[in-house]
Amino acid sequence: MSNITLKVNGNAHTLDLDPSTPLLYILRNDLGLEGPRFGCGLGQCGACTVIINGAAVRSCVTPCSSVTGEITTLEGLANGGTLHPVQQAWIDEQVPQCGFCQNGQIMTAKVLLDRNPNPTDAEIREGMARTLCRCMTYYRIQAAIKRASTSMKAAGTASGHEVVA
Amino acid sequence: MTTFTNIPKQVEDLLEQWSGTSRRNFLKGSGLLVVSFSAAGIANPFSAEASAGGAAAAEAAGPYPHPDFRQLDSWIVIHEDSTATFYVGKTDGGQGTGTAFRQMMSDELDIAYNRTSLIMGRTDITVDQGGSGGSDGIQVDGWPMRRVAAEARRVLLDLASARFAVPSDQLAVSEGVITVKADSSRRATYGALIGGRRFNVTLTGDSINATTGVAKVKAVQDLKIVGQPLHRYDIPPKVDGSLKWAVGVAIPGMVHARNVRPPVAGARLISIDESSVRGIPGFIKVVSKGNYVAVVCEREEQAIKAATQLAVNWQKPATPSFPTSDDLYKYMRNTTPTSSPDPNVVGNPDAALASAAKVVEAEYDFPFQGHTAIGPAHAIADPSNDQLTIWSNDMKAYGLRTGVAAFLGMPLDRVRVIWMDGPQLYGRTAADDAGFEAAFLAKEVGRPVRVQWMRHEETAWDTKGPAYTFKLRGGLDAQGNLIAMDYNARAADYNHLGYNDPGTVLIAQLMGRRPSATASGSAATPSELYVIPNRRRATQVVGLPLVWESPLRTGNLRDPNGPQVTFASESFIDELAAAAHADPVGFRLALLTAGTTDDKEFKRARSIAAVKTVAEAYGWDTRSSPKPLGTGTILTGRGISYCFRNQTVVAQIAEVEVNRNTGHVWVKRLVCAHDCGLVINPEGLRRTIEGNMLYGMSRALHEEVRFDTEKVTSVDWISHPTLTHADAPATIDIVLLNGDPNPNRPDLPHYGAGEAACRPTVAAVANAIYDATGVRIRRVPFRDGRVLAALKAANV
Repeated sequence: MSNITLKVNGNAHTLDLDPSTPLLYILRNDLGLEGPRFGCGLGQCGACTVIINGAAVRSCVTPCSSVTGEITTLEGLANGGTLHPVQQAWIDEQVPQCGFCQNGQIMTAKVLLDRNPNPTDAEIREGMARTLCRCMTYYRIQAAIKRASTSMKAAGTASGHEVVA
Repeated sequence: MTTFTNIPKQVEDLLEQWSGTSRRNFLKGSGLLVVSFSAAGIANPFSAEASAGGAAAAEAAGPYPHPDFRQLDSWIVIHEDSTATFYVGKTDGGQGTGTAFRQMMSDELDIAYNRTSLIMGRTDITVDQGGSGGSDGIQVDGWPMRRVAAEARRVLLDLASARFAVPSDQLAVSEGVITVKADSSRRATYGALIGGRRFNVTLTGDSINATTGVAKVKAVQDLKIVGQPLHRYDIPPKVDGSLKWAVGVAIPGMVHARNVRPPVAGARLISIDESSVRGIPGFIKVVSKGNYVAVVCEREEQAIKAATQLAVNWQKPATPSFPTSDDLYKYMRNTTPTSSPDPNVVGNPDAALASAAKVVEAEYDFPFQGHTAIGPAHAIADPSNDQLTIWSNDMKAYGLRTGVAAFLGMPLDRVRVIWMDGPQLYGRTAADDAGFEAAFLAKEVGRPVRVQWMRHEETAWDTKGPAYTFKLRGGLDAQGNLIAMDYNARAADYNHLGYNDPGTVLIAQLMGRRPSATASGSAATPSELYVIPNRRRATQVVGLPLVWESPLRTGNLRDPNGPQVTFASESFIDELAAAAHADPVGFRLALLTAGTTDDKEFKRARSIAAVKTVAEAYGWDTRSSPKPLGTGTILTGRGISYCFRNQTVVAQIAEVEVNRNTGHVWVKRLVCAHDCGLVINPEGLRRTIEGNMLYGMSRALHEEVRFDTEKVTSVDWISHPTLTHADAPATIDIVLLNGDPNPNRPDLPHYGAGEAACRPTVAAVANAIYDATGVRIRRVPFRDGRVLAALKAANV
């Protein structure tokens, strides 16, 4: 066991943990953040995705001791009371069915648009291909990503607002 | 036995925090177990209302009741601020049925939608409508919801009538306000009339589905909220991270469990070396009974580690548990069926086939497929005070309650199940099994226990949709008319599991419990209304060698037999059309219009409308399949498929691109004509159809549970591929159809949509591949390798 300090959604937390503990279980069970979810524990599905240093990271296979940057979870994506444009697009398009995987879809799409504000259909398919949905909402997710891309350009910023990560 | 006492306060506090529902908040002046509601994370305009006198917490001590569906108060509570809370015994798997229920009930009650809220699937405070299943939430359960809401409106009008001393027919009601028509200054809100008090109205009905009051439901033409594309109330909290899920329930003192499954099917537990995990920090206990083994630790990751590390000595069974997945169909065709019901025979199919100008024969195969939920099965159980509270996403919360009580020998009124959102349901999932495991483990450990399956368990051990083999023969006369059809289906479905059966859930099986009889299982016949004068429909069920404790246990998968049966039947109709050199749409319409009698739900008329509509929406040009083979790398084609499910009619056209060098199939476009009667929420319905069709695509293109003779080898998303973003069609067109011969009838029924749209998709894709390539793929899934091999074999 050792003291691990994690900065999550703007708050620092120091916990006494086995350093090999995957980040996911700490976020969920110690910090009470339910955005990232256990889907496979293998880094294959993306349900556990968080953003660290601008990258979409699969927290189920990320030892907590390896995390150096600030962690943003789904709960930290909104700016105060204003949803991130990606989240708003998800509502406008009525994307989720059960919604369990949508954390991974939203967080992965957010990073995709940060890196490529105007993705082609092919780039969206490729960028999202490893984030799985068993309700098969892919078609609507892709529509929402295009909608978010448009609204973010209209707002004059690549990412709506910056998430410090 | 411990004296029965109150539920611990911290548990009630957490309940309130999660769901806003607390047993401490009763209606003023009543002990009735209807409660105030302020859904955490759900936009809620009235969170501060109606602690309503706050009856003493002590009254929460009683046993968990079974709400009486014949009391109006069990369904609807009007609060002092004129908001309403609806209590229904359903669950929402993510198709927006909760929003639809609110729309229907708000409309009948005449109250603004945004002044209502809904509680679902809590066995102690919502009436038992069985939870979800069969896509019947709107089709069947929506009716008592509408009727009780209409009855509440009638009672409110009576109250206003008494207050204003005018007859009810001289009152107007709008959005929760009743006004005297002759004097609009005389008005009363619902809250003023009954807010915070009971209706005390007894309803009638032999069963919950028949529940009714005196009032009649509105004519379709008078519905205002039904039919609106309202946004689903559960989506914002699913998007901003604030929704509370069953998987996130955390109770003070809760510990974490993981199962340790037999490494091969049918293995017997010999011994456990507990010393192999005692050194793991947080280790609490190994629990085992029969062949069921679990480890319990303080923290989740500790339990995962302990489950991996636990040394268990198992004895393999002496004989193979099943054929390999590669040998499955040969096994199914050659084994003796466990049941062969008398076939359904019309006319004389043998004679007609013997006299046919052309006979077409084909065999089709469909593998076992699993639910493989995106989040593995889970449940949390609290055993405090000799009771059990189980938090679960099981779509049949009521069955889970009954089953667990029987399993553990507990009085039913000491068990309650609280349904919360979770990963997709769609049938008899392992959520059933996890609920029993959490309950058992909580009793064993004496603390609240959270159990979750790992990915490999979910994929390997979750219930499976049955594999099928088919053999079809059809006879055409000299003019190309279909005169005879012989349909034979075999399903590997022996011992098909029911829901929450205490004798057949996995933990019970592993413990050696056996019900007195195995379930016979079933194979299904096609759902279409083709008129074929000579016809035989025969079904058989076969079993695998290992009947109990098997990972290849079958249970209801979304549309349990539909995709399999319709793959075979609608592929075969296409083969017959091709043999007749007929246009596939025209060939189907001829079979539908050949009938002279109609059915009571107008399914034939609605089928014709759906097939014509989908062809028109697609821009179908009349010609036979296949089209002349293209010369490029990408071959394109289109295929149609049609079916109904219960009363819902669906016709789909898939347009595909087949890469002749790789065998890869991309479904570029899907067009769907969908008739489920009265549409409650068109946007919610369209989203459900979209996902449903893509689910059919996943089953067509990717999904197959693989196994060797002793274990399932599909254990993750590599060994068990699913549809991905890369597969999404470029275009989806959905036409919501009302093909009723009298589309404006005031009693137009609302049918189901949760499963119907996935039923025809597999065949539509197969028919499109044939149109593009001239190659008929008769075994699912259509993975690249299989398609490429078929193309090469045909020199395409």
